[in-house]
Amino acid sequence: MTSDLDIFVGNTTLIDEEVYQLWLDGYTVSEAVSRRLRGGLLERSGTSVSVLQSDTRDHFRTFQMLERLLHSPPRLCQQLLFQIPPPRQAALIQGYYAFEPALARELLGKKLSKGTKKELDEVSARTGLSLRACRRQFDNFKRVFKAVEELKGPLAELIQQHFLLPPPLARDYAAIVFFANSRFETGKRRLQFLSFGDLAACAQHMMGHWTQGAMTPEAAEPDGDVPRSFLQDLKELKVLVSDKDLLDQHKSLVCSALRGKISVYNEMETNFKALSRALVNVGLKLPHPRDVRDFFVDLVEKVLDPCRSDHWSLGDLRLFLGSYTTAPRALGGFRHQLLWERYMAGISACLLRMYHE
Amino acid sequence: MPGKLKVKIVAGRHLPVMDRASDLTDAFVEVKFGNTTFKTDVYPKSLNPQWNSEWFKFEVDDEELQDEPLQITVLDHDTYSANDAIGKVYIDIDPLLYSEAATVISGWFPIYDTIHGIRGEINVVVKVDLFNDLNRFRQSSCGVKFFCTTSIPKCYRAVIIHGFVEELVVNEDPEYQWIDRIRTPRASNEARQRLISLMSGELQRKIGLKVLEMRGNAVVGYLQCFDLEGESGLVVRAIGTVCTLDKLSNTSAFLPACNSPSKEMKESPLVHPPSHGCRSTHNSPIHTATGSRLTQNFSVSVPTLIYTGMGSGSAGKEGGPFKTLLRQQTQSALEQREFPFFTLTTFPPGFLVHVGGVVSARSVKLLDRIHNPDEPETRDAWWAEIRQEIKSHAKALGCHAVVGYSESTSICEEVCILSASGTAAVLNPRFLQDGTVEGCLEQRIEEASPPGCGFCHIPYDELNMPFPAHLTYCYNCRKQKVPDVLFTTIDLPVEAIVIGKGCLIQARLCRLKKKAQAEANATSISNLLPFMEYEVHTQLMNKLKLRGMNALFGLRIQITVGENMLMGLASATGVYLAALPTPGGIQIAGKTPNDGTYEQHISHMQKKINDTIAKNKELYEINPPELPEEIIGSPIPEPRQRSRLLRSQSESSDEVTELDLSHGKKDAFVLEIDDTDAMEDVHSLLTDAPPPSGFYSCNTEIMPGISNWTPEIQMFTAVRVSRLGNINLTNQTLNKNFNDLCENLLKSLYFKLRSMVPCCLCHVNFTVALPEDELVQIAVTAVAITFDKNQTLQANKAPTEKSQQRASTDNEEQLQFPLELCPDPLASQPSLPAKEVLEGATSQTGIPAAQRATSIDYSSFADRCNSWIELIKLKAQTIRRGSIKTTASLDKTSPLAEGYLRHRSVPSCTNSTVSVVKMTPLSFLPGAKITKYLGIINMFFIRETTSLREEGGVSGFLHAFIAEVFAMVRAHVAALGGNAVVSYIMKQCVFMENPNKNQAQCLINVSGDAVIFVRESELEMLPVQPSTVVSQPTSSGGDVTT
Repeated sequence: MTSDLDIFVGNTTLIDEEVYQLWLDGYTVSEAVSRRLRGGLLERSGTSVSVLQSDTRDHFRTFQMLERLLHSPPRLCQQLLFQIPPPRQAALIQGYYAFEPALARELLGKKLSKGTKKELDEVSARTGLSLRACRRQFDNFKRVFKAVEELKGPLAELIQQHFLLPPPLARDYAAIVFFANSRFETGKRRLQFLSFGDLAACAQHMMGHWTQGAMTPEAAEPDGDVPRSFLQDLKELKVLVSDKDLLDQHKSLVCSALRGKISVYNEMETNFKALSRALVNVGLKLPHPRDVRDFFVDLVEKVLDPCRSDHWSLGDLRLFLGSYTTAPRALGGFRHQLLWERYMAGISACLLRMYHE
Repeated sequence: MPGKLKVKIVAGRHLPVMDRASDLTDAFVEVKFGNTTFKTDVYPKSLNPQWNSEWFKFEVDDEELQDEPLQITVLDHDTYSANDAIGKVYIDIDPLLYSEAATVISGWFPIYDTIHGIRGEINVVVKVDLFNDLNRFRQSSCGVKFFCTTSIPKCYRAVIIHGFVEELVVNEDPEYQWIDRIRTPRASNEARQRLISLMSGELQRKIGLKVLEMRGNAVVGYLQCFDLEGESGLVVRAIGTVCTLDKLSNTSAFLPACNSPSKEMKESPLVHPPSHGCRSTHNSPIHTATGSRLTQNFSVSVPTLIYTGMGSGSAGKEGGPFKTLLRQQTQSALEQREFPFFTLTTFPPGFLVHVGGVVSARSVKLLDRIHNPDEPETRDAWWAEIRQEIKSHAKALGCHAVVGYSESTSICEEVCILSASGTAAVLNPRFLQDGTVEGCLEQRIEEASPPGCGFCHIPYDELNMPFPAHLTYCYNCRKQKVPDVLFTTIDLPVEAIVIGKGCLIQARLCRLKKKAQAEANATSISNLLPFMEYEVHTQLMNKLKLRGMNALFGLRIQITVGENMLMGLASATGVYLAALPTPGGIQIAGKTPNDGTYEQHISHMQKKINDTIAKNKELYEINPPELPEEIIGSPIPEPRQRSRLLRSQSESSDEVTELDLSHGKKDAFVLEIDDTDAMEDVHSLLTDAPPPSGFYSCNTEIMPGISNWTPEIQMFTAVRVSRLGNINLTNQTLNKNFNDLCENLLKSLYFKLRSMVPCCLCHVNFTVALPEDELVQIAVTAVAITFDKNQTLQANKAPTEKSQQRASTDNEEQLQFPLELCPDPLASQPSLPAKEVLEGATSQTGIPAAQRATSIDYSSFADRCNSWIELIKLKAQTIRRGSIKTTASLDKTSPLAEGYLRHRSVPSCTNSTVSVVKMTPLSFLPGAKITKYLGIINMFFIRETTSLREEGGVSGFLHAFIAEVFAMVRAHVAALGGNAVVSYIMKQCVFMENPNKNQAQCLINVSGDAVIFVRESELEMLPVQPSTVVSQPTSSGGDVTT
């Protein structure tokens, strides 16, 4: 006796969080059943395998029907087909849009295109995630990217509105969109020590300090891009390294401020010019789309690596960046104080986040 | 022109993409009522059109208002080709036609297409202006209230319960008309949906007319069913109980108004009865196609169907003279009625005097298309016949009325089984006529029949019993006789004294039959039926004994006919009634005693059975106080003979009449194992697994023994279709398969709902269908309600409560949570000794328990009620923190909502919250008070697909469809302003598939009562609520005057 048709429909849609997770992880029904069996569910609830199979199939069917709605979370809240209490809805959305940081790390800075989607099987092999889960997460990135592509305003909040995500998750998505827009190179061997968390934090710092949204609430441009005007202005900072006098003055100001305060004073003093050049040059490269990819590579190779080889502590770096940023206030003949500080705030935050093994 | 219907189309959302090129839709709406159609403008290139139309006004008479549904069609405008339909919304405007219900229908409705399912939503506002019409000969019956609920609705009081009303309308099924060959499936489905909607509107109107004739103002326990007779047509029939209801809050104001018409009725009793008999109308526009050659008309005879004894009539000692008086009065009240039937299953306190037992009748008919439309209608005659039979069965039991009455059909090809069943009963006349008889008589009645056990007392003459039954003196009052087992189709009366908890008991049975045509088929079915009834009964009895219980409530026996088999499924809730004797055990007797191993086997089984009984008694906390025989002082000679339930080997009909249903009082119930069949039966008895711990189940409204419900409920529908292996089908394997199917289904329900433990599955309703040769379809609808384990103790501390009967109508809503009537012996060990002493004292002094109870200080009862309600409220509040908020305010949507709330620039998010609509098959919501009934929900949907695989196979298809049906019910309720559906029932779920063609079709019919409820905990916060209720019902009196 076989059951051809076997369904259970509740007035309030029944959702089993454990099964939902299994579904999100991309398991098939039979895989999910065997996983649930391994979890000892049978012993605990004293039921049979067939009951478990039927239950799992039911849940998977429900999730498949819900998936269409999850693609547009506000619709999930408006739809009439499934009666789901709002906290449950939020949990469903959050679960669906949650992603594996390892996967996001792999995809950061890559174009969210069909080509990349085809490479997902490699990503799947490397991250240990099932291909199905990878595809879902990739599609989520792409969907969020498409949805906010043309919109104006602070990115994270836009995402929060359109996808009803909790703020931290929305910020992570904002970082992913930011990277997808800016196409920073992050896949280099040298950069492998940076986690998704590091890079997402950097993206948030850059958006926080540099984008239009950071300046005025009613932004005119989408947040995913750093405004061109700002990037063009960055050229003005060249004087800090091209003008020998300014560079020397800058150095002496920083040195006098830090004397006795940091443990690597001598190393700092000898390296100052190289560091300053590196820091300013990173900014000068930003307006050029071709060079922008090297942003993180430059920061690591030209700033963090020298510091690391000289055994700077994180505190040393913080103090240095602090006075390095504020010192030009006392520089006569440097007129781009605001621009400089805005630029350095972003860079400093990134550097401090990235300065670890 | 007595009515003006006004419709406004506001907006649409989430429409499907109809233009592939632009990924957009140019939508417009057609609004149709009767033969008038209005159109909105085309809202170009949008999936979220804002039509904001003018008010479309339809000037119609109220007859049309009652019959016709409002039909809203959403279309995609196409310049070059025909406009494509997106979908439709049918709105039943009936709730707007009586003043107490909804005043406006406004909200988002799912746009439904029979091929694609739900495709977006549309926001509609509907209003009706009714003009007063003084035409006495009008054909409409606006103002009559309809309730699916099979008890007096919570915020009403029954002034008079008039009695039975029935009606049926017949039409040709559009699916079988010639035109169906050329039209699209969509057109055909829509024609069918519309026709059924029309027919049920017409049916309801005609029932309403009868109600007005009977001087009632409402129909309670309204049950409307469709018979899809295929070629021979489509029958829509309905039964119900006519009442004169009165809003609770203004009792005094309307009493006189309601009394006068009933007095009128008494003066001219001859005018009314003939007019509301078995009269039926035929829908004439299309020729009335029905009729039949009647073949085997058979009805099941009394012995198989009447389970119980009764007794005293005049033999009752103290109550004697009053009883006769009462009997005469009631009889005279009921004799005016052709059928003294009541579809109610729960009654106002004092209404039910005695319960006889279950009466049922079945008849097998041949459906045949008739080519002469002038041929008189036969469906009415069929039902009339069956009702007559039920009536005579009831008479044989010394009862003048039938309660818990229901009718059903099972159709396979051209054979149709009509079934009717109910519970024979003696009723209190004061509800049947008018309020004037109340007074002294009432008091005496209550003295004569103690509330806790009175209904168990046998209603007929002990010396003239219709069948052998074993009677004892009531274990509660010791005055009247009671049978040893009681089977009923009604709910457990609130005042009943129950020991322990109840449980769902099912009897399942299959019988193979040869494939045959026409008469031969009908004959073979008729021949099989008595055996099925008998076996179902045996199974029920065995299972009841196995659980150590002595009464069944809510018994529903469904017999389904298929091509090559018959299936019987009986469900009931077993309980231990304190008034009835302790059931004896089950004893197995082998037939071949010389075989050693066989003996061993038998004794092994006997041990297993005894263990099971002991285990069950513990599980259901059945621990009746032990009573020494001497105290009972039974004057009835106890013939200590073992009654044998013979298993008939040669299934000849003669044996049925020899059925001996008398089960010795303390004697074991003997199961004689004489063949492998019986062996199987015993095995199957033992395979019924008890529900996992923390779960209880019943098919009645309330679970005996559980009172402390918490507000969390989960209504669900589960459907399974299984293929029976076609090799070597025997009755045994079939039975086993069917049994496994049901058991597995129950198991999977328990598993699914495990997070709700401790909880009870209430109103578990199984429906069996045999859609094809080897397919069995089982659909279950039930509600899981959580309860609080800890509170059981506290509830138990209150002593047995019997004064409820006296509780005034204000307490009515409290009665929906029957207090635990007896201390739960397991849970409350300390209180047990005291209880025993009390009981002992009672039996010695001979004071009826009820009298003792009624002397309890009334205020203390109220206090207890209050404190108990407080507890519920407290509990409700703590529970509610994590659960759904019923108020759909935006800021409560979700923690996330707060995030985007700041950005009001995105309009799609701000109006997002969908209000929660609860659904339940029960007539109440735990922890809540129903403040208003908004009208009946009666919906019929067809869904068809030609891409079954793509929609996830049969499971995906039906899962989506049932979810859609729920969604549409919820949307309609929400649009009426309600937040719940009570007495929800899925009356039909006809599923057909053709996997080879990648096609499937399903028809679903659901109904229920839309209501507004307020949480008990919120009641205090909303002091305004009661006053609004008072201000509402301005015209219940007006409705009565025709």
